[in-house]
Amino acid sequence: MSDRYIARSSAIAARMLGGEMMIMSSVDSTFYTLNEVATVIWQAADGRTPLSEIVSALVSQFEVEPEVALRDAQQFVDDLSPHGILLVSDHPIADSSPRSAETA
Amino acid sequence: MSLVQEMNERAIELGVPLSVHLDVTYRCNERCVHCYLDHDDHGEMTTQEIKQVLDQLAEAGTFFLTLSGGEVLMRRDFFEILEYARSLRFNVRIKTNGVMIRKAEARRMVNLGVEQVQISIYSHRPDVHDAITKLPGSLKRSLEAIRFLQSQGLKVVIANVLMTANRQDHAGVQALARELGASYTLDPTITPKMDGDTSILGLRISGSDLHAVLRNPDLVGNVEEFCAPPPPPGDDIMDGYPCSAGHTAAYISPYGDVFPCVQFPLPTGNVRKQKFKEIWQDSPALHELRSIRARDLPVCSTCSHVGTCTRCPGLAYMEGNMRGPSTADCEQSFQRTGIPSANMLRKARTNASGPLIQIQAAAAI
Ligand code: SF4
Ligand code: SF4
Repeated sequence: MSDRYIARSSAIAARMLGGEMMIMSSVDSTFYTLNEVATVIWQAADGRTPLSEIVSALVSQFEVEPEVALRDAQQFVDDLSPHGILLVSDHPIADSSPRSAETA
Repeated sequence: MSLVQEMNERAIELGVPLSVHLDVTYRCNERCVHCYLDHDDHGEMTTQEIKQVLDQLAEAGTFFLTLSGGEVLMRRDFFEILEYARSLRFNVRIKTNGVMIRKAEARRMVNLGVEQVQISIYSHRPDVHDAITKLPGSLKRSLEAIRFLQSQGLKVVIANVLMTANRQDHAGVQALARELGASYTLDPTITPKMDGDTSILGLRISGSDLHAVLRNPDLVGNVEEFCAPPPPPGDDIMDGYPCSAGHTAAYISPYGDVFPCVQFPLPTGNVRKQKFKEIWQDSPALHELRSIRARDLPVCSTCSHVGTCTRCPGLAYMEGNMRGPSTADCEQSFQRTGIPSANMLRKARTNASGPLIQIQAAAAI
């Protein structure tokens, strides 16, 4: 899993609301909210940062054990990728989403 | 509570304008008989101004963005605006008549991740539809647009405004929606013009037609439930606020004016003079609006319908008092349940008792 890359799909809407990320897929209008940890993973999902690096960032930011961070990241990928709002690849992915726009 | 409702609750707590309706122009290629707009261009916001407004909305936390008009595609820069809005990750819905949407436009909308397109269809009969839009061939063009959008996989909602001219055509339009794979929504309310002119209200369907619509299971689902007498309102109803307008929703005109809702022309500020967030947070009119609860409504708080009525404070405002009843909603509540509204009873009493003072010129006695 350490050599995997994740990227936000361009077919989504996203906005921060009170520390949580709201996401809506324009493909099937499914609505998601991400908690604080998932929001951090989402914001780091730029297609260039390896998942292992994202997990390390979680470990230091939330002071959790590496296994816990790894499990959270794995669950995040498993939950979101089947809906097409998160792209997963063994190689870096070109990212089209301007991160700053979502963080307001 | 659904996730979206939860987000709404949170947006209220945090004072976030979650949904904004932005009309990019009032110009239009149709001339619908019931339209409430002045179609002349009185100085629309430039592309740059609109982009700045979109930046400000993203910063204020707006998530749902409806782009509408007039006809949005009358603006040559519409796709530039749309692309910019999507780069800011708004959930974008577009309201259009579809006349200018061909295959290329449909493909661009899909590629830009538009969530939904709403197109107005008045009748399945070209003569009736085109007589309302006053644009020959418009039904054909709008239906082609729906097909282009649907074939690209974009969600289409057919909006069917009902008035005297098409009062019998909702079943035909509904069947058309089914055939095209589009959703269908019906609106029996004609609103006054933005300048307060009420002449178009004569196009509203009659009470008996409204009665039939509100008791049609194809339109309302479970009629018994829908038309049931209202339960007595509890404290939660009396402490509730009327609708999202000004609480989590706002409207911005092509000239930058900010209102609580497209149907609620209460002036609150202009984004050409002030930042949107300042208006949203500091406007005295918005503060006043937000303070109103059902128990503060002088007539409606005494009405048995208060908990179930669709009372629109914007229509009430256009009738002269945003705390007052909205006649169109009184009529709907009455036609739905058969129970007269407090407003109707009040008017009947006033009429029965006659004028307080009668004066007649001495010469006529
Ligand atoms: S009830 Fe009226 S003012 Fe409120 S959101 Fe609906 S249309 Fe707008
Ligand atoms: S029916 Fe009329 S009076 Fe009663 S709550 Fe609705 S708008 Fe107010």
